[in-house]
Amino acid sequence: MKTSSRNVNGVEIIKLEGKITIGAGDSQLRDVITNAVKEGKNHILLDMKDVSTIDSSGIGELVGAYTTVTNRGGKLKLIHLPGKVTDLLQVTQLITVFEVYEDESEAIGSF
Amino acid sequence: MERRSERIEITISSRFENIELVQVIAEHLCEHAGVDDDAAHWVGMAVREGVANAIKHGNRLDVAKKVNTVFRLEGSRLSVEISDQGTGFDPAEVSDPLSPPNLMKTSGRGIFYMKTFMDSVDYDFSFAGGTRLVMTKMLEQQTES
Repeated sequence: MKTSSRNVNGVEIIKLEGKITIGAGDSQLRDVITNAVKEGKNHILLDMKDVSTIDSSGIGELVGAYTTVTNRGGKLKLIHLPGKVTDLLQVTQLITVFEVYEDESEAIGSF
Repeated sequence: MERRSERIEITISSRFENIELVQVIAEHLCEHAGVDDDAAHWVGMAVREGVANAIKHGNRLDVAKKVNTVFRLEGSRLSVEISDQGTGFDPAEVSDPLSPPNLMKTSGRGIFYMKTFMDSVDYDFSFAGGTRLVMTKMLEQQTES
């Protein structure tokens, strides 16, 4: 999995590309969130547009990322969720946990 | 219409990077059976979860241990048997990921996904040397417009 980051109005937008699956991307997601939090970034927007595959381990890391950030008083939100990722969150009722956006301006304004 | 019959067997060592090989076979088999891409994807996902569990929980990431998968396609019925060389587990002890105390856990959704995407998911601990997971799915062919 590749990641890239940019900051817009205090919101750290982290773009994830590739797989977030067991042994490939799951621990990378955990590391990128840990590092962002260590750097004091507590408004995080995960751009999922180019996530090609995610499994239960990847979903677990998304949940872990959410918990890590919110436990430190921050907010983590999602943008550009692919349909299949939405489906996986929906069947496990996690879609109600995350704030999900399609428009970046709207997402940034929500923090 | 010809009744399709196919059997494919693959044995992998317990490395996560091998999961994709098994998932691709599942999706390919579904597509050859005339199933649409979406349906094939979800069957592939269920197989992925089963193989991942066999590697992680069954074989405890011991690369010397194998995961064996047998696909059987009889007409529209697909069965997938995934066997590991571990010590088994108690399915009754698998927690419900939808239960409020478990909702925000970082693990424990694999079996739930398998049950969501397949018609049946059963475990056989009776054979020597590990766990055999058996999943079935009646595949729905795409109708041509």
